[in-house]
Amino acid sequence: MSFPTRRKILKSLLLGGSAMAAPSAVFGALYGRGEGMPWEPMKGQPPYYGTQEDNFFTAEERATTAVICARLIPSDEDGPGATEADVISFLDRQMAGFYGRGQHWYMEGPFAEGTATQGYQSEHPPAQLYRYALAELDNYCRDRHDAAFAGLSEAQQDEILKGMDEEEITFEGVSAKAFFDLILKNTIEGYFADPIYGGNRDMVAWQYVRFPGTRYDYRDFVKHNGARIDLPPVSLMGRPGWNSLE
Amino acid sequence: MTNHLPKVDVVLVGFGWTGAIYAEKLTAAGMEVLALERGPWRDTPKDFATTFAQDELRYYWRHGMFQETSQSTVTFRNNGAQTALPMRHWGSFLPGNGVGGSGVHWNGQTYRFLPSDFVAKSHNAERYGPLPEDMTIQDYGVTYEELEPHFDYFEKICGICGTAGNLRGDIQKGGNPFEGPRSDEYPNPPMEMTFSQDRFEAAAREMGLNPFPVPSANMSRAYVNPLGLQLAPCTYCGFCEKYGCGNYAKSSPQTTIIPVLMQRPNFTLRTDSEVLSVEKSADGTRATGVTYVDTSGERFFQPAEVVVLCAYPLENTRLMLLSEIGTPYDPQTGEGVVGKNYCYQVMSGATVFFDEEYTNGFVGAGALGMAVDEYNGDNFDHSGLGFIGGGYIACYTTNARPIESHPVPDGVPGWGSEWKQSVRANFLKTTTVGVHGASMAHRSNYLDLDPTYTDRHGRPLLRMTYDFTLNDRRLTAHITPVAEEIARGMGGREVNVAERKGSYDSMPYQTTHNTGGTIMGNDPQTSVCNRYCQSWDLHNLFVAGAGLFPQNAGYNPTGTVAALAYWTVAAIIDQYMADPGSLVQA
Repeated sequence: MSFPTRRKILKSLLLGGSAMAAPSAVFGALYGRGEGMPWEPMKGQPPYYGTQEDNFFTAEERATTAVICARLIPSDEDGPGATEADVISFLDRQMAGFYGRGQHWYMEGPFAEGTATQGYQSEHPPAQLYRYALAELDNYCRDRHDAAFAGLSEAQQDEILKGMDEEEITFEGVSAKAFFDLILKNTIEGYFADPIYGGNRDMVAWQYVRFPGTRYDYRDFVKHNGARIDLPPVSLMGRPGWNSLE
Repeated sequence: MTNHLPKVDVVLVGFGWTGAIYAEKLTAAGMEVLALERGPWRDTPKDFATTFAQDELRYYWRHGMFQETSQSTVTFRNNGAQTALPMRHWGSFLPGNGVGGSGVHWNGQTYRFLPSDFVAKSHNAERYGPLPEDMTIQDYGVTYEELEPHFDYFEKICGICGTAGNLRGDIQKGGNPFEGPRSDEYPNPPMEMTFSQDRFEAAAREMGLNPFPVPSANMSRAYVNPLGLQLAPCTYCGFCEKYGCGNYAKSSPQTTIIPVLMQRPNFTLRTDSEVLSVEKSADGTRATGVTYVDTSGERFFQPAEVVVLCAYPLENTRLMLLSEIGTPYDPQTGEGVVGKNYCYQVMSGATVFFDEEYTNGFVGAGALGMAVDEYNGDNFDHSGLGFIGGGYIACYTTNARPIESHPVPDGVPGWGSEWKQSVRANFLKTTTVGVHGASMAHRSNYLDLDPTYTDRHGRPLLRMTYDFTLNDRRLTAHITPVAEEIARGMGGREVNVAERKGSYDSMPYQTTHNTGGTIMGNDPQTSVCNRYCQSWDLHNLFVAGAGLFPQNAGYNPTGTVAALAYWTVAAIIDQYMADPGSLVQA
């Protein structure tokens, strides 16, 4: 077999020398052919800030969700909780965006309940799961306690959340356990994510656990030998001290 | 309608580590090479700059670096009696997407498999007698000795940092005394270790074990590789696995091969182009090329003299099944080969909680660790144990990314004030001693096409039928207590053991080490590819990746994946080009 060079033929067919052009509708993006590493201005991937303006929750949903978050990560004498970290703003933005819509997930049917090892199998993307489950939660509470979830005592709220977690409480038409697992995961995300997404406001959660954030270089600390390292946290937005005049 | 394109010498399906390796060697040999990559172009300054790479939510929890399951996913079930359901989002493993593939978001733990791992069947049968009938393991058909120069070359391309344990047969102090003989030292010294590794090392030595630095693709110093590309010293920022490195300090296709490749006139890369199938000649003896679709939805036929599958193992297997190449594996009869011997990794560990000392996990790197190998492979006598294989035991400090890593001791609830306070109290005071266990093939663990669910192009999804086996359970039950003993010697307040119990769960992250499905071997009746990773059915179709592993060893796969790629590409250049045809007579 011979391997003759076909580069000339190929080149003449593939748009001549404009190999670095933006993705063509015909060919997808073309790179290489001796033209080096591609570089285009204004094509970077800066941080995704979530949706700043859009929101998903109704006022009532927002209030209920904020209360759930505050029970999952309470504010106490030890330090800030989901409320101080503004986890609810994080969740509202997440639910309004691609995550809430389940846009990157495989959401084709048929849907079935699945085993415990098969993961998320709800036919609802996250935002819809929240919407249906929040309504069911309030229905459940009104049936038994004559008040919506947000109107109950903290002890009652904890009791209900525990029941959902342990699958002792079920909802009509939507899985209470799937919702509980998801909102717990999302609340922890909002508490600890970079503040650019709206939660972990002023890096309160990072300060609380003493995570120094998105620092770039710890070479000076490799030989810490078990000693505490005191470094104020830094976000992808920097930190307040960087902007002060002191 | 499908557009026909001009023929190339070689078309590569997928452009991660193996695609870059093939392309570099084949273009250097003068061939016209085209790589088709499903995902986008990605490079350090544009896509993982230090100013925004360290974004835990975006890159891990929102899967910024990975294949989107909306593009394609797998369906999963634990056994054939269940109905497989789609993994609607990723969990236990994280397939990559885009230029560099998973080689962008890996940790960089770069081991060589043991010599006995390549002859697992014959070696173990000879030492311990006949193996269980449903354990469908086999020899690779290629030996460690044959792969050694290729391991060595890949380590030099990556600038792997480590301490040799066996230099041409001489055992070296401070290295892994069980490793196969090496022709050369590692190109760079090991990384500087932190407190947790120091404690692990002392505890392991106390037990008479031989701790050694994990071979690392995070640089311990500045380095220039054989292609003239430069890597920078690692800054221990704690964002390796699931992230791209903005610092040019982690070896990846982008940092070690691609810039050189892009200078070559006989190399072309098309991104955003997903291969749908490999096409065959009318007589079924050769691949004629591949059909792919670009983002506009238009289809193209790309003819080629040689086709190489360089996608992730799960996708390589699916492409062969969709293209009807080779006989699909049938778990009922044990016949057929494509999809056979899907294996994974059996992970367990022991977490140490300290009272006084700080482990400061944020000062970390993906391959920053110390390991012991006494319980890996056949480094210990398995007589009477009822299992074969093993795993390394290691103490890594990779990160303190708080959404992912906030361990609390056993008995603490999963939410509420008590949980929150325990997270705070333990956040910078824990480390884990992990067992990285081998996964032996079993007759009932396999991959095939799902009968129900399809991808966005209407093609069946791959179906994974998998559970841990008796061998896995005995292996983890034997070795996890050793990890616990080391952990107890490290001076902490308490140790919690995370055993590998129950059925395989597809959701908690374990590791992106999915192997098998396109396995290699000496017999076309039991393998998809011969010892040169060449299809038994179509002589001009070659396969790369961990799908070739007949069973998975107790190590991270990338070093062996790369060595197999260099081994095959050498066979193509030295033998196949002169006389195209099957390189092994069946």
